[in-house]
Amino acid sequence: MKTDIEPTSTSAGSPPQVSARSTGRAGDKIFLGLSRGSGIALLVIMAAIAGFLAYRASIAISKDEANFLTAFEWSTGSTPMRFGIAVLAYGTVVSSIIAMVIAVPIAVGIALFISHYAPRRLATPVAYVIDLLAAVPSIVYGLWGALFLVPHLTPLYTWMDKYLGWTGVLSYQGGAARSLFTVGILLAIMILPIVTSVSREVFRQVPKMHEEAALALGATRWEVVRMSVLPFGRSGIISASMLGLGRALGETMAVATVLSPSYLINVSLLDPGGGTFAQNIASHFKEANDNGRDALIASGLVLFVITLLVNGAARMIIARRKEYSGTAA
Amino acid sequence: MAKRIDISGLTAYYGSHKAIEDISMTVEPRSVTAFIGPSGCGKSTFLRTLNRMHEVTPGGRVEGKVMLDDENLYASGVDPVSVRRTVGMVFQRPNPFPTMSIFENVAAGLKLNGSYKKSELSDVVEKSLKGANLWNEVKDRLNKPGAGLSGGQQQRLCIARAIAVAPDVLLMDEPCSALDPISTLAIEDLIGELKERFTIVIVTHNMQQAARVSDRTAFFNLAGVGQPGKLIEIDETERIFSNPSVQATEDYISGRFG
Ligand SMILES: Nc1ncnc2c1ncn2[C@@H]1O[C@H](COP(=O)(O)OP(=O)(O)O)[C@@H](O)[C@H]1O
Ligand SMILES: [Mg+2]
Repeated sequence: MKTDIEPTSTSAGSPPQVSARSTGRAGDKIFLGLSRGSGIALLVIMAAIAGFLAYRASIAISKDEANFLTAFEWSTGSTPMRFGIAVLAYGTVVSSIIAMVIAVPIAVGIALFISHYAPRRLATPVAYVIDLLAAVPSIVYGLWGALFLVPHLTPLYTWMDKYLGWTGVLSYQGGAARSLFTVGILLAIMILPIVTSVSREVFRQVPKMHEEAALALGATRWEVVRMSVLPFGRSGIISASMLGLGRALGETMAVATVLSPSYLINVSLLDPGGGTFAQNIASHFKEANDNGRDALIASGLVLFVITLLVNGAARMIIARRKEYSGTAA
Repeated sequence: MAKRIDISGLTAYYGSHKAIEDISMTVEPRSVTAFIGPSGCGKSTFLRTLNRMHEVTPGGRVEGKVMLDDENLYASGVDPVSVRRTVGMVFQRPNPFPTMSIFENVAAGLKLNGSYKKSELSDVVEKSLKGANLWNEVKDRLNKPGAGLSGGQQQRLCIARAIAVAPDVLLMDEPCSALDPISTLAIEDLIGELKERFTIVIVTHNMQQAARVSDRTAFFNLAGVGQPGKLIEIDETERIFSNPSVQATEDYISGRFG
C-alpha cells in the first residue's frame, strides 16, 4: 500500500480522520506481524516434525539387514531387523486403485443424478443422506466390512473365479474373503460419499449459460451433461477423486479390521494376504519396540511421499489444459 | 429454410407468476423483427417460448400456440429438443463452450445431429465461420480454444455455431449488450446479411439498433411491477419510429419513460 499518496486526496481531512487512519495502520501492522509470525512458527514446527521423523526413519533403515524397498518381510522384534515395504506399497496402491475404479464412476453418476436429473423433492434427501454417510467413523465401516461384507462377498468371488479365474488376477481359492479386493470395495464405499459431495457441488456450479448453450443447439439432457457439465466439472472431479484417494491411501482401522495380512504379494487379488502402510502401522505399533516403531515411521514416510506424488500428478493434470478451463470465459 | 412464425394467445408463467399474457403476432420469414420495451416486460421470456427454452427454467410453463409454418411447436408429441435444432438461439453473453476449440464449437451442433464425415464437417465449419464474418480472423487458429477470442469474436463464434446446423429461425437476446461499439457494428452488419437466409428475431434495449437492423418492430410494455408484459403493437420499423399508432409506443420511443 502506498499510503503516502492518500493525504493529497483528503488533505482537507479533519484531525479525527487522521488518527482513525493511523490506528488502522497500526492494526495492519499488528495483523501483518501476527500472520507472518504464526506462518513462520508453523513452518518451523512442521520442519521440526519432519526432521524428527526422517531422523528416526534413517536410524531404522540403517539397521535394516534386508532391502528396505524390495524385501517381502517385516520382522523388527529381534536383532538383526529385516523389513521392507514392497508388500505394503503394492497393497496400498492396488487397493486404492480398486477403490477409485469402483467409486469414482458411481460417485460421478450419483452426483449428476442429484444435480441434473432428480426432481428437487428427491435430490435434497438423497444429497443429505450422502453427506451423512461421509461423517460415519471409519471403524464403523470396518466392523460392517468384517461382519457383513466379508461373508457376503464369497459367492461373488466364487462367481468371478468361475468366469475370470483364468486371468490369475481374479482367481479365488475359497475361504474368508479378507483380501485386497475386499479392502478395495470397502474403501470404495468409504470414499463414495465425499467424492459424490464434492462432485455434486462442482456440477451445481456449472454456469447456466454453458448449459443453455448446449440446450439451444438441441442437446438432450445427457448431451448437455457431456458437452457442458462434465467438461466444466473435470478439474473438480479430479480434485474430488484426489480427496477420496488421499483417504483410501491412508485409511487405517477399516483396512486393519477387514484384511487378513501377510508379507507376500498374491497374484490373485481375491485371495487373502498382502497389507497396506496404514494397516501395517496400526497392526504393529502397539507391540513394537523402539526399533520397530522407527521402522514403522520409515514406512509412514514412504506413504507420505506416495501421497505427495499422487497430489502433484493431479495438479499437473488439472494445470495441463488450463487454457481450456471453464473459468476463462 | 426460413420459416414464418405465427404466435397466437401465448401466455407464459414462472411458477404462479404470469410473465407475459396473451401475445399474438406474426414474424415474417427472411426479415428481422426487433422486440423493444422496458426491462422486465417479458421480451426474453417471450423469445424463449419460441424455441421452447422457457420450459427449461424450473416452474416455466406456456399456454398458447406457436406455429412454425404449419407445425405447432407446442402440439403434444413435439420434442422440444428437435424444436431447438430448427430454432437457433444466440444469448446476451457470448457462451462458447469453454473446453472446446473454435472448430469444435462450430461443429458441436452438427455432432449432436448425427455422424458426419470429417471433410463434410470441415466444409460446414468453414462455411458457417464465413457466414458469421469470422473466418478470416480465425482460420489460422481453428484448434485454439474459443474462449480465447475477444468478446465480439466470441459472439460471432456463437452465431456461427447456431447457423452451422442450418436452422429455420435465429433468435437473439440482446446479442450486443455485452460488446463494444465496433463489435456491435460487426454483428449488426452480420444480421443484415443473415436475414437473406433466416428468419431473425432480435431483442434489444437499444432503440437505435432496432431502427438500424430491423424490418419490423414489436413494442412490449407492462402495466406495473408484478403485472404480466403485453404486446402493445407491432408494425414496420419505420412506422413504429416515425408514427406509431399507440401513444405508449411514442412515449417510449421519444424517451418519455423507460
Ligand atoms: N428465471 C425466472 N424466474 C422467475 N421469474 C422470472 C425469471 N426470469 C424472468 N422472470 C420474470 O419475468 C418477467 C419478465 O422478465 P424478462 O423476460 O427477463 O424481461 P426482459 O427480457 O424484457 O427484461 C419479469 O417480471 C421477471 O422478474
Ligand atoms: Mg431480457
